[in-house]
Amino acid sequence: MSNQISVGDASPGCQKVDPILVADNVSRQFGGLTAVDVAHVEIPRGKITALIGPNGAGKTTLFNLLTGFDKPTTGTWTFEGKNLAGVASYKVARLGMIRTFQLTKSLSMLSVIENMRLGAQKQAGERFLAALIRPLWRAAENRITEQAEELLKRFKLDAKRDDFAASLSGGQRKLLEMARALMAEPKLVMLDEPMAGVNPALTQSLLDHIKDLKSNGTTVLFVEHDMHMVRHISDWVIVMAEGRIVAEGPPAQVMKDQAVIDAYLGAHADIDLGTVSIKIAKDDN
Amino acid sequence: MDWSLVFGNAAAELISPTTAAYALAAIGLAVHFGYTGLLNFGQAAFMAIGAYGFAVSVLNFGLSFWQAIAVSMILSVLFALILGIPTLRLRSDYLAIVTIAAAEILRYVVSTTSLKDLTGGSSGLSGFATEFYAINPFPTGNYLFWPFDVTEKELWVRVFGWSIVALATILVLLMMRSPWGRVVKGIREDEDAVRSLGKNVYAYKMQSLILGGALGTLAGIVFVLPRAVQPGNYVTGLTFFIWTIMLLGGAATVFGPIVGSMIFWVLLSLTEGVLQGLVNMGVITFLSTDQIGPVRFILIGLGLMALVVFRPQGIFGNKKELQFNV
Ligand SMILES: Nc1ncnc2c1ncn2[C@@H]1O[C@H](COP(=O)(O)OP(=O)(O)O)[C@@H](O)[C@H]1O
Ligand SMILES: [Mg+2]
Repeated sequence: MSNQISVGDASPGCQKVDPILVADNVSRQFGGLTAVDVAHVEIPRGKITALIGPNGAGKTTLFNLLTGFDKPTTGTWTFEGKNLAGVASYKVARLGMIRTFQLTKSLSMLSVIENMRLGAQKQAGERFLAALIRPLWRAAENRITEQAEELLKRFKLDAKRDDFAASLSGGQRKLLEMARALMAEPKLVMLDEPMAGVNPALTQSLLDHIKDLKSNGTTVLFVEHDMHMVRHISDWVIVMAEGRIVAEGPPAQVMKDQAVIDAYLGAHADIDLGTVSIKIAKDDN
Repeated sequence: MDWSLVFGNAAAELISPTTAAYALAAIGLAVHFGYTGLLNFGQAAFMAIGAYGFAVSVLNFGLSFWQAIAVSMILSVLFALILGIPTLRLRSDYLAIVTIAAAEILRYVVSTTSLKDLTGGSSGLSGFATEFYAINPFPTGNYLFWPFDVTEKELWVRVFGWSIVALATILVLLMMRSPWGRVVKGIREDEDAVRSLGKNVYAYKMQSLILGGALGTLAGIVFVLPRAVQPGNYVTGLTFFIWTIMLLGGAATVFGPIVGSMIFWVLLSLTEGVLQGLVNMGVITFLSTDQIGPVRFILIGLGLMALVVFRPQGIFGNKKELQFNV
């Protein structure tokens, strides 16, 4: 089956027409356990790619490796053609590849607006000596604040602007973390379970935000368990199981893939996967 | 028993140079711990670097007052680098271990007999403040009013010490209200989050260590101007007093450490004077005069425990911003 994303047919590790991120032989072992063992994967530029797979499949570990938060046992990868293996996490972020965390990392004792401002790049006032000379950074600060307020409004957090992030609910923190990541205007944003814990009333608007990102040219890679969301917004789906990529393709095609159904319904089915498999069944009806 | 003397002595601590020095060291520690989350248990070493760096520069190398301060600051930066380079990439407890050990090593080194010509060994150093008092702008005489009445020399060291405290306060306030301050506060909360936003966390922690350490070094200089340098002053206990003062006032505040230092010294003086008086009058019979010193620290310790229970954010702290959540 042909599509505009892969070169030729979709298959695990297939080549993309325009990849933004290309990884080779990336593996990570924890003692005897191989958490990640990816022979080859390419993330298509300007698309929304979902990374799915049962719990413990190695999705978060792969995120950690690609963003420099963990060191791989083997492997190399490039982002926009630049080699990223061994590059410090903060430099990865500066190159325009920003990730969020599965366990939210909102900075609890900073206000919501300060959390947001922290996401901005190129604020001269973040330099040690320049910090003392306000005129050097005041204009940038005003611009950043405006940008932050706009994002907060979009994420329906504007009423919380001056509250400590600690006072937000779990779902609101997820939203804040995503909004904060967007402050950096990333080229590739990697969201680790962005919907987990988010109020269902907000999920639809969150889906719209993610689609907006795409229309603004941002590439999105996200981990998600909610098959409905995956089906609804992703252009491409990559399936991991036991550290490997077992299937890839457009959502409708992947959902029918025997390897995917096996991965979810196989030996690793647990409570979390139960809900997922039910959803797959429902969607197929 | 002259109670007005007891209270007068206690009140005089409000503006004493020692209070200024401890306040300065505690502001430095607030930069480390309160704002950046760094566990520095070696603030006494930064103070020792100020004291010895200044005194040795003047006495052994004939440097001027300002040159000696500059040398101390350079040594302070080097010391921060030595502490920070191996530890700031690791978990926060490593800095704690290394700073406490480095402070003890430094104290043993300066008190060793083989360095007697340089550091004075266990007897320390004196006579290094001549130029400081020579540049005293205040003519001979008595200044201020009871209980703060001082000579021109005492006034000069107070004006100098508290001016530095004022400058340090402004500096830290400006830094913490800037985007730089936002980054270090973010690091205190969760350094991985800050890293994921493209900030070089290691560099920020180093800058914070250097800044707070430099304030500790200035504190060391202010501390020795009115007295001799003695290695016995730079024990780990000094570091813990600075911690006490910082937590007392509020760790993530700038004015907190100043007020914390005032309260600390006034209380020490007051408890000593009152206990002394009560023992002399025969009201307290279960203590001897030489037990009074230790007993006041027990009282201060109890006070701090009460603070932790009833006001964990310190006197000035915002309850939400910082508690004892190490
Ligand atoms: N720091 C670690 N130490 C040991 N094992 C780990 C560590 N991190 C992850 N793992 C293991 O690696 C596997 C993959 O985990 P993870 O990447 O979190 O999966 P996912 O995000 O797909 O649910 C799991 O078996 C997990 O227990
Ligand atoms: Mg995960």
